[in-house]
Amino acid sequence: MKKSVLLGALTIAGLSAGAAAASTLEDVKARGTLNCGVVTGLVGFGAPDANGEWVGFDVSVCRAVAAAVLGDANAVEFVPTTGKTRFTALASGEIDMLARNTTWTFSRDVDLKFTFVGVNYYDGQGFLVPKALGVSSAKELDGATVCIQTGTTTELNLADFFRSNNISYEPVPVETNAEGQQQYLAGACDVYTTDASGLAATRAAFENPSDHVLLPEIISKEPLGPLVRHGDDEWSDVVRWTLNALITAEELGVTSANVASLAAEPNPETPEINRLLGTEGNLGEMLGLDADWAQRAIASQGNYGEIFAKNIGEETPIGLARGLNAQWTNGGLIYSPPFR
Amino acid sequence: MTVMTDPPRGSFRLSMLINDTRYRSMTFQAIALLMLIIAIAYLANNLLTNLAAQGLNIAYDFLGDPAGYDINQRLVEYNSQSSHARASLVGILNTLLVAFLACITATFFGVIAGVLRLSNNWLVARLMSFYVEIFRNIPVLIWIIIIFTIMTAVMPAPRAFRGDEPDATMLLGAFAFTNRGVYIPAPIWGPGSIVVVLTFLASVVGVIAYRRYATNLLYATGKLLPTGWPSLAIFFLPTILMFFIMGRPISLDYPELGGFNFRGGIQIGAPLIALWFALSIYTGAFIAENVRAGIQAVSKGQTEAASALGLRPNRVMNLVVLPQALRVIIPPLISQYLNITKNSSLAIAVGYADITATLGGITLNQTGRAIECVLLLMLFYLTISLSISAVMNVYNKSVALKER
Amino acid sequence: MSDTHEHSVSFVRTESIAERDPPYAASGPVKWMRDNLFATPANSVLTLVSLYFIYLILTATLPWILNGLWNTSSLAECRQVLDGAVGACFSVLTERWNQLLFGFQYPNELYWRPTLALVLFFVAAAPVLFFDLPRKLLIFTALYPFIAYYLIWGGALAVPFVALGGCIAGGFIYQRFVAGSFALGFFGGVVAALVFWYVGGMLIPENANGTAMMTAVPSRDLGGFMLNMMLGVTCVSLSIPLGIALALGRQSSMPLIKWICVVFIEFIRGVPLITLLFVASVMLAYFFPPESQVDLFLRVVIMITMFSAAYIAEVIRGGLAALPKGQYEAADSLGLDYPQAMRLIILPQALKISIPGIVNVAVGLFKDTTLVSVISMFDLVGMIRGPILASTEWNGVYWELLGFAALLFFVVCYGISQYSQWLERRLATDHR
Repeated sequence: MKKSVLLGALTIAGLSAGAAAASTLEDVKARGTLNCGVVTGLVGFGAPDANGEWVGFDVSVCRAVAAAVLGDANAVEFVPTTGKTRFTALASGEIDMLARNTTWTFSRDVDLKFTFVGVNYYDGQGFLVPKALGVSSAKELDGATVCIQTGTTTELNLADFFRSNNISYEPVPVETNAEGQQQYLAGACDVYTTDASGLAATRAAFENPSDHVLLPEIISKEPLGPLVRHGDDEWSDVVRWTLNALITAEELGVTSANVASLAAEPNPETPEINRLLGTEGNLGEMLGLDADWAQRAIASQGNYGEIFAKNIGEETPIGLARGLNAQWTNGGLIYSPPFR
Repeated sequence: MTVMTDPPRGSFRLSMLINDTRYRSMTFQAIALLMLIIAIAYLANNLLTNLAAQGLNIAYDFLGDPAGYDINQRLVEYNSQSSHARASLVGILNTLLVAFLACITATFFGVIAGVLRLSNNWLVARLMSFYVEIFRNIPVLIWIIIIFTIMTAVMPAPRAFRGDEPDATMLLGAFAFTNRGVYIPAPIWGPGSIVVVLTFLASVVGVIAYRRYATNLLYATGKLLPTGWPSLAIFFLPTILMFFIMGRPISLDYPELGGFNFRGGIQIGAPLIALWFALSIYTGAFIAENVRAGIQAVSKGQTEAASALGLRPNRVMNLVVLPQALRVIIPPLISQYLNITKNSSLAIAVGYADITATLGGITLNQTGRAIECVLLLMLFYLTISLSISAVMNVYNKSVALKER
Repeated sequence: MSDTHEHSVSFVRTESIAERDPPYAASGPVKWMRDNLFATPANSVLTLVSLYFIYLILTATLPWILNGLWNTSSLAECRQVLDGAVGACFSVLTERWNQLLFGFQYPNELYWRPTLALVLFFVAAAPVLFFDLPRKLLIFTALYPFIAYYLIWGGALAVPFVALGGCIAGGFIYQRFVAGSFALGFFGGVVAALVFWYVGGMLIPENANGTAMMTAVPSRDLGGFMLNMMLGVTCVSLSIPLGIALALGRQSSMPLIKWICVVFIEFIRGVPLITLLFVASVMLAYFFPPESQVDLFLRVVIMITMFSAAYIAEVIRGGLAALPKGQYEAADSLGLDYPQAMRLIILPQALKISIPGIVNVAVGLFKDTTLVSVISMFDLVGMIRGPILASTEWNGVYWELLGFAALLFFVVCYGISQYSQWLERRLATDHR
């Protein structure tokens, strides 16, 4: 089982995860669980519920990948990561994929050697202020104290925004969203800034959400998406097309409710649905998976629209509108390459 | 290794390498060296393989790139366009600042608690033992978080100072205690203030010179000059006189509520205060134990002998007990200072921008240069520690008992 | 004699008068107070200030503690029940009790396993801590690491068995050869253990964990106070042998070995633990072979062990230096070689002198295990600052949680230091 004496000894300690196979996909299959990096706790995107079960928008992506690859949406080991540890965890192989509202940027893609497989949420950086402050625009924030999560792109955007508008601010660095929330509620900072979706989620957890407002300015582009390590294209394809399958499913009207019947009785008039669900063609095989991989992903988590509505949609306390994240057919940016 | 190349001496047999104590140590060292080289080569090989596999390299160029982030507590000019190296410098200065402040106050707390713990007063002695035990047995991280929470959750926000009937008011109209920090008046250095500062420095020198003169006079002639009042006078009078002669060149900039925060004055941020205070009282508890041990280490006979010579109690303390106690107190005291410096790295828990938070935190996160940043970070702390150790060695040499 | 006496004095009391009470002010509590609280004016002022201080603290905390609620389900509900009155919401402790102790990822139905491991820990530690207990109990102590490992991590039973087998094989070889030469015995033992582990590692089937009787728990699921305890116990016990080796190395007459030890010790002591934890979390993975993955818990254990070994080495070096030179010379004159002299004469005495120092290091290390929360491990402090304070129900409950954490650490650390003082008195064999 082990390749060297040192590793032999470590195995005995039982703590080494063992000799990794050549590819992440084989690794995951051999291990039987998917190690997925998630946020340490952001309601709606990824947080353990009262029973310790992880739920949320990003968490669903992990579960969908696990369902596609392993056939079990619960075969996921969730690894909570902070802004600081997330990239190291991914680079060192501790996690197989990171689905932790992480912004796709040039340097992360090119310099840090990660592959962003797509965008599951188009976000932008916003500001949350108490209503009592009477501020209606971010440009009025001259001299304000701003809570900001360190190690994020928002930290750099914030510096740029204030510098280009020639106004000053005091940064209060915080490590996690929870800490930022405490500081903000205690009044140690006037403003809390992070991705607008995260702000909405944070505000939803407040005792009196209506006492706080999101300022209209969105100061940056924050395309958030899952990412994997550079250099393992087979695995990045699996994650990318699982995400695309969820998006395509919504576009084609495949839902968790009807996916089973659509797959059982393929309709020859909807070839793309058939290809997606593996009743036609051999897309699954090309990916190194079985034919009904996408079926399982959709059946377990629902399509993109369902996941959105269930975790962060307008019916939930977080109450985010689809906006930019509507399907391209509805004027949004969510667009999957065709399954062909 | 040398033994391998040395020509065999006399009747050298290979078995002597193990059995002859003269050669055995050489054998062991050769083995150790070999194992060390193998271990280092193994680790380095792994490192290079891993880095190559991920297409990374070790380079320090990123230090020259613009940092892109802002720092709230800074002693030197810095903005988001400054380089990462500059951000690290800000961090280094912040580390040194909090360590320096904490060393002073920790000594203060420690000496008071240590002396009072030996007090005849039962209640005070008990209270001080309680203090020492409580602080020594609870992790410093928890103390830092507790005090930071007190700062942020209990102190009023700046907006509490607003309005006609504010919930909070400034102390003496000059000091504001808020959950973002304490605001104190800042001096404004007008023209001519340099003269006042120089006068002040001169009077400090004057006080030292006077006291030294008094001591010498005492040893030489036995004549006792008063030191207390003259020292105070030399310390304050010339500076105050010069201050008014120059037409009050130094004025104070009071903090005022403006916009979202107080403006003007000097802001001492809440993280700095939390870290400073937590490190002070935590380390103070350890120093108290050192002080107590030091005082108890001076045998009672010394005090009695000094009294028998007719010395007054305060001179017994100053001339007999303290010099001997200090010899015991100072070495552990310096290692406590070292601990403060190292513990100041916990600043990261409260968002104080020390070197661990800038170089080891934000720079590391933004550039992803983990290995380089952590190595630089360790290098910095190592430098500090080794310098403090060097100072300690010099001191130990200077106070070592000169036996004849 | 009595006659003359009778005539010379007019009155002789024949019975002694009853003892009078000492003056009111010179006895009982009053005297005690006068001596101990109000001896001088300055002292009286100090006493009054202290009393005021105690009064302040008690009035601030007592109502809060006594009014505390233990059975509400959220902060909002708790505040509603309190209705403006001062009172603590200790219900966060009852509601999140398991999370505080075991972290939020350890499977609920398996809590009995770490609990049992903790109970057994006391049994295993007892013969080490108290010398009067039957020595046979030490067998259990030796087995304990493997039992605890199996209880906490679960998985294939073969793993701890192979590990134990390797140790037994090593120990057997050591016993066999140590009489001839210590080095032969020691290195032979190590090699035997490694060979056993290597072969055993080959034999354990790949999927052993899947079919195991006890569900395997990955170490990233460990958390809460359990994590602090585990890190503390593991690292201290691992670092004592390493520390002894380093201390002996530093005292060694071989310059190369001496310098390796000096550089290692000074390097580790010169940097804060947190940078070593950064090394564990972001750097150490690069130093392992590319195909291996050593998980964070093990990396942290490695770094903390190195850290405490360096400090323990310095303590033991002090112990070695404090031994009179005569002991070394006596050992030499008996014809003992270096390993024998160390094992039989020097180390037993040096370690005895070092015990208080080692306990101090252990307490410090145990406190420092809270630092792992900074590298996003969910120990007690990490749980409080992360999942619990972030949850919607308990957002804003600081004092109860921090106070609880402080209390737990205080109880453990104070207990250890009291034990160490007891042990010091117990071991004091010098004649006083």
